[in-house]
Amino acid sequence: MRRTLLAIVFFVALASLWGAIVRAQIWSPVLLPSPLSVWDYVVTSGRDGTLLSASIVTLRRLLSGYAIGLAIGLPLGLLTASSTFVEDTIGVLALGLQTLPSVCWVPLALLWFGQTESAMLFVVIMGTVWSVVIATDTGVRTIPPIYARAARTMGSRPFHKWTRVILPASLPYLVSGMKQGWAFAWRSLMAAEIYVTILTGFGLGHLLHYGRELNAMDQVIGIMLVIIVIGLLADKILFSPWERFLHRRWGTGRR
Amino acid sequence: MSLQEELQGPPPAKLIVDHVSKWFRQKRQTVHALDDISLEVAEGEFIVIVGPSGCGKSTWLDIIAGLEKPDKGRVLADNEPVLNPGRHRLVMFQESALFPWLNAFGNVMFGLKLKPGLRNSERREVAKFFLHLVGLEKFMEANVHELSGGMKQRVALARALAPNPRVLLMDEPFAALDAMTREQLYGDIQGIWEKRRKTIIFVTHNVREAACLADRVVIMSPTPGRIREVFDITLPRPRDFNSIEIAQHASTLTAALKEHGAHATLTG
Repeated sequence: MRRTLLAIVFFVALASLWGAIVRAQIWSPVLLPSPLSVWDYVVTSGRDGTLLSASIVTLRRLLSGYAIGLAIGLPLGLLTASSTFVEDTIGVLALGLQTLPSVCWVPLALLWFGQTESAMLFVVIMGTVWSVVIATDTGVRTIPPIYARAARTMGSRPFHKWTRVILPASLPYLVSGMKQGWAFAWRSLMAAEIYVTILTGFGLGHLLHYGRELNAMDQVIGIMLVIIVIGLLADKILFSPWERFLHRRWGTGRR
Repeated sequence: MSLQEELQGPPPAKLIVDHVSKWFRQKRQTVHALDDISLEVAEGEFIVIVGPSGCGKSTWLDIIAGLEKPDKGRVLADNEPVLNPGRHRLVMFQESALFPWLNAFGNVMFGLKLKPGLRNSERREVAKFFLHLVGLEKFMEANVHELSGGMKQRVALARALAPNPRVLLMDEPFAALDAMTREQLYGDIQGIWEKRRKTIIFVTHNVREAACLADRVVIMSPTPGRIREVFDITLPRPRDFNSIEIAQHASTLTAALKEHGAHATLTG
């Protein structure tokens, strides 16, 4: 309760500071709109449904790209951790591509797929896969070998060992890898939506882009806020339960 | 198979280690870990292997478990050659071999779930029975990190006993525990051994521990690991870790270890 209260006080103070700077008229209101006008934008576009439909379009792209990214990245990570051949080939590739900012995939995706949904999906998948591969690989390599040995003495066969020992044992790394993958997917999608102008669906990135074209700064900042809130909510809903479970079982994260 | 039969289980195994040698090939050198090890272990016997670190005693245990293959010789369990790990020979490791993603009960269930011919309700009964046997029935739902070092090793013992192995292999299971907890566990392990009658191979570098637990103590010397001497300990059980007889046997074992340790450095 006390913590919630403090957080509320902090954010109210932040907004008032913003309001004070606007009132001081250092910058033109075209460049820095007041918090109220941003709020107005969020409320009206929320009422008329633009915000909701754009969020749904964006989240649908994000979730499908992320799911495919996980489905490719997890098994690849298991492979790089268990075979030196895959480690020296796919592992090196993943390490290299992970350092590539996902925006860099946009020009290539545009030329390959044109202004299509596939282009966006491609960028999101490329943004997700490699960090998931690296995290899974690290997770599996960090497991004390004694777990697998103990399981083998109890009669665990390779498939059982992978699903019941290696995967759960690397869960702390997997979850942080999935979280990182989610953050990368989110970033890539925003980049893709800003650059790929398509007519199959208007996402948050597009709203952001047209806000700039129309010089509607209240829209730009409003959408940024929405993006931040969605990111926060995703973190709380998708990952917090897992992290709580991990902290309870492993006894980590206590202060 | 009924629950009663499961809890009584098969008889302990007879174990034959027949001229086993093992080398580890590393990049720069080949390490001769075990040299011509032979030992016959009777059914239900409690064997303790003592030696300085690097004498290959853990490797030997791994070979009996089937985790490592000997380069020469073989291990027979009930006249069957040991080729792979199997649940008739379960291992209790030094520490942290409990799975942190499972609670105490889940850890004991892990091996039971891999054992065919049981209903799930029976598996749960068996797991409860063994957690009770090691005195942890109140900690079934506890997470691994919530248990003390001694409790962790009790869970590990329950996990190793639950699938009813015929041989129990213990690799310095109490080395990381404090003296008080260890002494309590010596009592417990003797009691459980009397009740369950397993063939036990126990590895340690603690001579007093060896004298307290063993029917026979095998003294090893390092580089390469060789059997130097075998002592019979015929003291009545249960034995008190702090008794004078144990101390006397321990000093005999220490003397033997020193003698062979010196010998090993001279020839090796």
